[in-house]
Amino acid sequence: MKISVIITLKKDVLDPQGKVIHQTLDGMGFQDINEVRQGKYFEIDTKETDNDKAKAKVEEMCKKLLANLVIENYKIIDPK
Amino acid sequence: MKSSVITFPGSNCDRDMDVALKKFGFKNKMVWHADADLPKSDLVVLPGGFSYGDYLRCGSMASKSKIMQSVINFANSGGMVMGICNGFQILVETGLVPGVLLRNKYLEFICKNVFVKINDKKNKYFKNVDNEVLEFHIAHNEGNYFCTQDQLKEIEDNNQIAINYCDENGKIEDQFNPNGSIKNIAGIFNKEKNVLGMMPHPERMIDPSLSGEDGSLFFKNLINNLK
Repeated sequence: MKISVIITLKKDVLDPQGKVIHQTLDGMGFQDINEVRQGKYFEIDTKETDNDKAKAKVEEMCKKLLANLVIENYKIIDPK
Repeated sequence: MKSSVITFPGSNCDRDMDVALKKFGFKNKMVWHADADLPKSDLVVLPGGFSYGDYLRCGSMASKSKIMQSVINFANSGGMVMGICNGFQILVETGLVPGVLLRNKYLEFICKNVFVKINDKKNKYFKNVDNEVLEFHIAHNEGNYFCTQDQLKEIEDNNQIAINYCDENGKIEDQFNPNGSIKNIAGIFNKEKNVLGMMPHPERMIDPSLSGEDGSLFFKNLINNLK
């Protein structure tokens, strides 16, 4: 089963990379952007076949390694 | 005094630290990250470098390596643990010291000498250092110290800020902040002050003909405080 995770920076954490991407897009003519925030995306292919169990395991992975909860939020995308 | 320097895959200041510790009298051992047990130590150092290629977040992988459980236990039982640069990033990822280190504010890798002001001397790292200001070297891409407002309040209430970026006279201002760190923080302690994480490299300032001697001052003082 494949489970996806999106990690994003919390709202009040400075994202210098997102800012530079914003400026660059702006310079390319995409001038109606309010803000760009950069994040991370993971695809985890697990042997677990039970949906809930797999999600619970991935949640544990997020808390222990994939995200740093001081600055980041994680969102687990429901496996299809 | 016995010390141990942990080498992770991608560490590159481990041997400099070894040279520095030995120069000032430590009997140092190099310890591989995949070992389970720490040798008997009075000081454990997590050195600078790019452990695990800085993958995911700087220090995140190294913080889960086998030796780190022993280092965490050692720190929790009062042992002296010092993390320099990438070592500081590893320490925050273990949770031994609060906060995180973000990408530098202006997205540049910074490599230069800086001045830091010692904020607290009631600890074994900086006790008896006569100077208020030290000149150290920094070389990092992710040294922008960040923590939540609640954490910051706790850090300040417990006097856990070790050193702040400043000018040569000890003035702590925005213009002397190289990387955007909250409150110009260059290094912090855990609550008990046996664990120190800092971005500057004292091990690079131990030779007057190469760099400077404020690192010598730091290490000489450290070993005396541990005796």
